[in-house]
Amino acid sequence: MHNLEVRHLGRMGFGEAYALQCQLVDQRKQSLIPDQLLLVEHPHTVTMGRNGHEENILASPEVLEKTGIAFHQTDRGGDVTYHGPGQIIGYGIIDLRDWKRDVVAYVRGLEEVVIRTLAEFGIEGTRVDNCTGVWVNGKKIAAIGVHISRWVTSHGFALNLDTDLNYFQYIVPCGLTKPVTSFRDLGSEASREAVEKALVRHMSEVYSLSPVEPALTMESA
Amino acid sequence: MIDVVMPQMGESIVEGTLTRWLKKPGERVERDEPLFEISTDKVDTEIPSPTAGVLSEVLVEAGKTVAINTVVARISDGAAAPAPAPVAAADPAPAPPAPVAPVAVAAPAPTPPAPVQPPAPAPVAVAAETQGPLSPLVRKMARENNVDLGTVSGSGVGGRITKQDVEAHLSGSVPQAATTPVAAPPPAPVSVPPPARSEAAKVRVEPLSTMRQKIAEHMVMSKRVSAHVTTVHKVDMTKVAKLRAKQKDEFQARYGFGLTFLPFVVSAACQAIRSFPLLNASIDGTNILFHNDINIGIAVALENGLIVPVISAADEKNVVGLQRSIVDLAARARSRQLKPNEVTGGTFSITNFGSFGSIFATPVINQPQVAILGVGAVEKVPVVIDDAIAIRSVAHLALTFDHRLIDGALADQFCQKVKQVLEGWSESVL
Repeated sequence: MHNLEVRHLGRMGFGEAYALQCQLVDQRKQSLIPDQLLLVEHPHTVTMGRNGHEENILASPEVLEKTGIAFHQTDRGGDVTYHGPGQIIGYGIIDLRDWKRDVVAYVRGLEEVVIRTLAEFGIEGTRVDNCTGVWVNGKKIAAIGVHISRWVTSHGFALNLDTDLNYFQYIVPCGLTKPVTSFRDLGSEASREAVEKALVRHMSEVYSLSPVEPALTMESA
Repeated sequence: MIDVVMPQMGESIVEGTLTRWLKKPGERVERDEPLFEISTDKVDTEIPSPTAGVLSEVLVEAGKTVAINTVVARISDGAAAPAPAPVAAADPAPAPPAPVAPVAVAAPAPTPPAPVQPPAPAPVAVAAETQGPLSPLVRKMARENNVDLGTVSGSGVGGRITKQDVEAHLSGSVPQAATTPVAAPPPAPVSVPPPARSEAAKVRVEPLSTMRQKIAEHMVMSKRVSAHVTTVHKVDMTKVAKLRAKQKDEFQARYGFGLTFLPFVVSAACQAIRSFPLLNASIDGTNILFHNDINIGIAVALENGLIVPVISAADEKNVVGLQRSIVDLAARARSRQLKPNEVTGGTFSITNFGSFGSIFATPVINQPQVAILGVGAVEKVPVVIDDAIAIRSVAHLALTFDHRLIDGALADQFCQKVKQVLEGWSESVL
């Protein structure tokens, strides 16, 4: 079984986290590091995927700026989405050659990770045909967007824990005019720590990895 | 001419949307260089070029969705490309690797050669700063020949003035450095630039890997925390070498891995630690922590870093067990499959730089430990024994210890104990 290094990054700006991702992706491609799961929380940010449509951002850049929301264009799949406090972002840097050479299976796997995690907290998450992500009663609780280069994945999922859902009004999440929800919205008081723990466990199970602390490093000449 | 097709990125996938071309027709592409991007189900994938050549034809435009295995482009091999873009004319002759995009690095400004000045030195000039330290010989030559070194241009490392520079200066064969007016100190240490250097970027920027950053932090931290002292002892490894030579084939056959010198050294170090437990301690504020377990870290070189996996309770293992642990930990270190508990809890470390040919080195202590033993190469050398010359297998063992806790006398007693165990080795390993 291969290792999955889990990094808890805490609150980190989108740009900084993206730079770290790129660096790790590069190292993963060279097999210098094992598979990675980065867990992070971003400040208010609106990001746009490769296939994004500007018209899906309802607020003008000036409004976004005034509200203190950063805007980033990214290379993940999918349309526009919102990240912010109260969200658990999971970035997976996985070499699919060690698992399945199947990008769709990878995305279905991320959905599975979230669905199993929700189940632990008594929430029933489902898939919706042609709408990647995880849904609870027709409301989206987790968004997914992935980039792949040489079978190494980056980006991942954004799960709403106690996100202020009002911020989604600035965008049409993923181009769909469907409502969003969160753990809190559904009445769950689950803690960030507990949900992250469950995510790590299910991520490891779904992709047959064993979770480890990062960067063993060490020293001496 | 090679066809590029829409790849199948998964079992259930029958089509893909080509979202973006990363190369233009007529542009050169290297094998494995990203050529275009496709999108399937919220996944964006970069597709690398299957071959090196020139992108001669793009058959599917960005935005179109096509079935897998549809030909999306053609790549011709090199020169014969019908280059539509006049700029991207195919390189004639053996195409040099595509010029690396000039990484925008402020390369040190190429310095023009110092203007030639007539040999009459301006006597007023304040003795200009010379670059780098001066050797005693250069000082002496300057003094004896009454040369102002500020007027001699240095050609050594970092602009350092060498004996040859002084000689050249005396014979007047080399232009003197422009005598600098008081106000303008030399801008940067500049050695005479080697002739005809290309103007390409002189620096390539690469971020430090996480591992490299951690190693860097730890090394500097260790040097700051501990008072490093290294003592070196010569050890006659002949008995161990003979034993190893005699038994290594059978050892390999029986256990499936080779027999090296390292497990003997680990075993000897464990015995010495039992005699001198302070070597297995660490400092905690104003206390000494004596570790009851002897957990030996073994430094393992990785491609671009190193890691020190730990053999726990190493004193309880024999040579076979130690060798097995070393082989296993090293292999898993290189494939990054070590568990976290296998790289922590070390109480003493050993580094085997001899395997890279080093005679001896001065290793850095692996904090919070207080000593590290370095094993130099085992070499056959002539030695004098009872006034006769004999050939013996000799290694240098270098112990770096933390002088805050350990004094030289103790460190040397420890080394003598290691030496005594190795030199008197009689036990078979099979």
